[in-house]
Amino acid sequence: MKPAAFAYAKARSVDDAIRLLGDHKGEAKLLAGGQSLIATLNMRLSHPSLLVDINGVAGLDGISVENGTVEIGAMTRHVTLERSSDIAKHAPLIARAMPHIAHPAIRNRGTIGGSVAYADPAAELPACLVALDAEVDIAGKGGKRTVKAGDFFKGLFETALGMHDVLTAVRFPATGAGTRVGFAELARRHGDYAMVGLAAVAKGSGKSLSDVRLVYFGVGAMPVRVRKAEAALAGRSVDDAIKALDLDPQSDIQATGDVKKHLAGVLLRRVAAQLMGDA
Amino acid sequence: MSTLDVRLTVNGESVAETVEPRLTLVDFLRETLGLTGSHVGCEHGVCGACTVRLDGAIVRGCLTLAAQCDGAKVETIEGVSDAGDIADLQDAFRRRNALQCGFCTPAMLLTAQDLLAQGGVPSRDTIREHISGNYCRCTGYQAIVDAIESVAQARANR
Repeated sequence: MKPAAFAYAKARSVDDAIRLLGDHKGEAKLLAGGQSLIATLNMRLSHPSLLVDINGVAGLDGISVENGTVEIGAMTRHVTLERSSDIAKHAPLIARAMPHIAHPAIRNRGTIGGSVAYADPAAELPACLVALDAEVDIAGKGGKRTVKAGDFFKGLFETALGMHDVLTAVRFPATGAGTRVGFAELARRHGDYAMVGLAAVAKGSGKSLSDVRLVYFGVGAMPVRVRKAEAALAGRSVDDAIKALDLDPQSDIQATGDVKKHLAGVLLRRVAAQLMGDA
Repeated sequence: MSTLDVRLTVNGESVAETVEPRLTLVDFLRETLGLTGSHVGCEHGVCGACTVRLDGAIVRGCLTLAAQCDGAKVETIEGVSDAGDIADLQDAFRRRNALQCGFCTPAMLLTAQDLLAQGGVPSRDTIREHISGNYCRCTGYQAIVDAIESVAQARANR
């Protein structure tokens, strides 16, 4: 299908984007990479009367690693993260997730800010940010604020972003010595949204793990942390952790809830092996 | 109805047109410029039939607006084919029956060339992963992977 008509404005700066969003009477949406938004426009699942294009706003993209913190500008495209030696070294969880995010032609356009702001429950990056205990920078009419990733995702496609806010960057601790990451997902076709996926971060010494963070995607309305399984994986065994998985996934077009729950256990076994250095 | 003026380069030629904001890049190429080699399939980013190059990188023509391409350099299968850059790939597709109806072929060629341009001889798994965003309903992919692999080997030995 073709999108319904809308007006288009190119923002010159973040402040300009906030002003354009605020001044518009009717629904206005930010256009970042457009890889989800334009699909929903084409399907007429979404019909804003104004798109505010933030491609070309200076200072919104780029990767920096300083004082043990990784910061990624909202308009940084997936392809840039995929090819970044800084990401490979300091954010290996993001690096592991990248090949699973759609396909090359989509990764050339899609952005981290767009993925996080859209908050698809089956998307990789929201779960990675929760696992990394990231912070999300937001600019709005009232100024700037920072929200923990764990508080940012509020529900199905629902986030801490207001109607006139711009997500400007994400930030998280660089993955240093002694910290391990794990990532796995199952999709029917490589690059499709996950049926079930798991992003994990833990401190490790030999086979023993501590400070485990396990965040599932594709099993609920938003990224799901499984704290009982985290504790079981840190203190006991993989089998105990799988028994402690308190997930109740809804059936969807891809799989029944029971299948998803089973697959969550399969992924936990794979990711635990990664965390313990066996894979 | 609001419109926008865009100036861009398509296959090396300067183009200046007035477009509606909602016009996608692939519809602009097909309907406004008459370049019908880029195909419209699913129109929501799944099938890959609309793949074109934007500033040198392959993108979904259905998930990019023409309005966003002001000042950009766009290349389509018409331009890439005429330039002779993929003559060997086209020949390999024909010889190995890597197409039947041809609907996915222009996009498949651009996606394959995107991988081959990275150099070396990619594994069959890497080839499959790279073309995973391009649906083909005729071939079962085996012949497409064969064709891409053979061109990678031939180019490496050149």
